[in-house]
Amino acid sequence: MANDIAEGASPAGGPAQRGRIQATDFDRRDADWYIDQGIQLLVFIGGISAIVFIIGIFVFITKEGFGFIFGEMDFGQFFTSPRWRPTSEYNPTYGILALVAGTASVTGLAMLIAIPFSLGAAIYIAEFATGKTREYLKILVELLAAIPSIVWGFIGLTIMNPLIIKIFDVPIGLTVLNAGVILGLMAAPIMTSIAEDALKAVPDRYREAAEAMGATHWQVTIKVVLPAARNGLLGAVLLGVGRGFGETMAVLMATGHAINLPSSIFDSVRALTATIAAELGETAVGSNHYMALFTIGIFLFVVTFVINLTADLVVRGVRKG
Amino acid sequence: MKPAQFFLNALVFSVAVSSMAVEARTLIQNKGSDTLVNVAQAWAEEYRKVNPDVAVAVTGGGSGTGIAALINGTVDIANASRRVKQKEMDLARSRGQDPVKHVVAYDALSVFLHPDNPLDSISLEELAEIYGEGGEFTIWPDVGVEVPGCKDQTMILVSRQNNSGTYAYFRKITLGKRRDFRLGTRDMHGSKDVVDLVASTSCAIGYSGLAYATDHVKMACISKTKGGACANPSVATASDGSYPIARPLMMYTDGEPAGEIKNYMEWILSDAGQCIILSKGYAPVRDVKCD
Repeated sequence: MANDIAEGASPAGGPAQRGRIQATDFDRRDADWYIDQGIQLLVFIGGISAIVFIIGIFVFITKEGFGFIFGEMDFGQFFTSPRWRPTSEYNPTYGILALVAGTASVTGLAMLIAIPFSLGAAIYIAEFATGKTREYLKILVELLAAIPSIVWGFIGLTIMNPLIIKIFDVPIGLTVLNAGVILGLMAAPIMTSIAEDALKAVPDRYREAAEAMGATHWQVTIKVVLPAARNGLLGAVLLGVGRGFGETMAVLMATGHAINLPSSIFDSVRALTATIAAELGETAVGSNHYMALFTIGIFLFVVTFVINLTADLVVRGVRKG
Repeated sequence: MKPAQFFLNALVFSVAVSSMAVEARTLIQNKGSDTLVNVAQAWAEEYRKVNPDVAVAVTGGGSGTGIAALINGTVDIANASRRVKQKEMDLARSRGQDPVKHVVAYDALSVFLHPDNPLDSISLEELAEIYGEGGEFTIWPDVGVEVPGCKDQTMILVSRQNNSGTYAYFRKITLGKRRDFRLGTRDMHGSKDVVDLVASTSCAIGYSGLAYATDHVKMACISKTKGGACANPSVATASDGSYPIARPLMMYTDGEPAGEIKNYMEWILSDAGQCIILSKGYAPVRDVKCD
């Protein structure tokens, strides 16, 4: 491996060195030099654009929500009241407790479903499957990840709804269960991909050493590979949670969109994201309702930011250790 | 103005200018209520045959969008399924404008039930107990029926998202201004979604425009008080005012209409225009004879 890199690097080093000589030689600023500088600038812009965008988005949603946060907003009511009634004629209330409970319950159930499936799939693809089976499985998992969320929502609305009513004999099928299953299926492929990468990152010498000690394939996987890939797997799960938290269309269609503190998986709920999606379009710009929706946006941004940051730090932890 | 809207308007405008240059046409800009948009488009198409020199450009976007555009002076006629609010009226007046209301049709809001539901009629008082916060009715036996196939006899309340005109109108009629809907209603994002959900859920009750009714749902006969005479939702009962939850659909112009806009408004209220309203499932403002 090390040899390959050294060999690959030496021919590339040639032109780069020549370029450096030209850069200091002012008489030889030819087209190549300008192209080189131009590309450097482009790559630099590409590199920092993500940071610029994330700051831009944060500044925008904060600006839109600020008037509400420092004006009408009652922090106690916002986080502890389930009453989300922004368009009430005489007493508008802005409580997101029920919406948070809706998002949390759906995401929680989705993870209960997605974690065993995705870890199982990742272990099979990374450790047991070989040759074509493995290639086909990888492609299929990636295809599954590419299904648009509105299609998942459609499945929840038209297939899962009557199915849940029939199987569980409940009055309505647009529930935590429906959305949780849909979201679990949506998050599983992404989690599988990342978990598989984490397993592949475990050096082969671990496996070889364990096998040399007489461990079976299964023992190697459970006792050596999984513990070694622990951080990467945890990162995969956290990214799945982030995906669940931020998903909008599918939960809008499958939860029933009812403001409700759920007491069982057969209750309809409403998610934070779905509330913004359903209401922002027809809200007067600059009204309290509009700013309250942006405040939900800030809250969602902060939560997903923390989850993704944690996932990132956890995954980085495995590389250092 | 949003960039997309600006682009669209610019496009419409440039198309209008170029067509005017060729055919010397007058262009009437018409925008607003999504409830009215289908009818408004049908009018615009039909009017082209009546008066080829006038083109009517119709866009939706909601009542609020249309009224805002009228105040900004970018449209000639705003469609609305609600009245102009005092705030909007003040803003318009401060800009020297005078929105004038024209009722062009009536829309009956139907209360939809699953076809298996034996309930035939319901009163506004009962609807308030069902939909209102702190209301007493939560199961179907509370209104005196047993719904076959409905687990626990629980009422599943279907409603609309909280900024829809239909939501606000139904709340005003059933609950008045001092009461809110109870929490836990399923808030659908369109009239059609309400009808679809009620059609597939035996415990459900929902409301939407009469025009969205299908064969898969049942419509309740509505009375004002319990035991009072009830009226079935129909074009006829909405027009004569006997149906309790019918709302006017309006068009607003800046000042009394004049010129081609006046001709267009008069044509809309003529038999020809009102028959188009009827064919789209809404109620005309007066008796008309249509073929």
